[in-house]
Amino acid sequence: MAAMSREEIQEKVTEVLVEALGVDEDEVEPTAALGADLGAESIDYLDISFRLEKAFGIKIEQGEMIPESALQNPDYVSDGQVTDAGLEELKKLMPYADFAVMEDDRSVNKVVDVFTVDALVKFVELKLAG
Amino acid sequence: MRWMWIDRIVELDKGARCVALKNISMAEEHLHDHFPATDDRPSKPIMPAPLIVEGMAQTAGILVGHARDFAEKVILAKVGLAEFDREAYPGQTLIYEATLDRIDPAGAATSGVIHQIDYAAGGEKQPFGRVDLMFSHIDQNMQGLAFPEHNFVFTDQFFDLLRNSGFAV
Repeated sequence: MAAMSREEIQEKVTEVLVEALGVDEDEVEPTAALGADLGAESIDYLDISFRLEKAFGIKIEQGEMIPESALQNPDYVSDGQVTDAGLEELKKLMPYADFAVMEDDRSVNKVVDVFTVDALVKFVELKLAG
Repeated sequence: MRWMWIDRIVELDKGARCVALKNISMAEEHLHDHFPATDDRPSKPIMPAPLIVEGMAQTAGILVGHARDFAEKVILAKVGLAEFDREAYPGQTLIYEATLDRIDPAGAATSGVIHQIDYAAGGEKQPFGRVDLMFSHIDQNMQGLAFPEHNFVFTDQFFDLLRNSGFAV
């Protein structure tokens, strides 16, 4: 099968988000954060990962999209704040995400905000590339 | 109080499919209020749609729980789809057919089809609706929250239902 183009991936990811989150297609902009902008709650991330598996024929292991085990590691998160080591680890574990939003606010709750539509598209691109 | 909205399990294929029956009865008190007679029309007892969703949630919940030998606390987390083509009345049977689409340590997704048997209209199985659900295994939640150790989801009521339907648990 020919490799999917960025646009084709983007299109399918948009369909997944429209179905999983009940949002309008035009709300699914590349910079939109799944939680803050599109209203995703914790169960929605599982729903999205199941739907991505089906749409792209890939397998997403638990913790692969959002590395929750790192977020429970006291070396990486202390008093609700992501440490320097934690930020480095997250950047390694989530190479598809842009952590610029965490430069000024290290709150652990902020981590989900790096999960934008664009990050999700890059995540799928990396998965498809194997 | 018995919060059981299925009467019998008729099929249970581990990790794949569960089928349950619900016989709607005028003995269910809520039907007398949903909807009572008015000055203009007689009473119209209709099974409330949220209870039909609950019936599918119990059918699919048993399917998800059984897949992991009832070790997980399986909680309904999301109704992805609930579509009904018609109404359901006392004297009719609803057949809930749940299919397990995906299960992982955090939770599961099911898709469900509902059929209806109207005995007054020939007793044929007719399409009735679709309900797709997401379940969470709440002990595996991302926040690391702790819940009581005993499985408060799968109580004796569920196990009795399975046993009385002829399934070993």
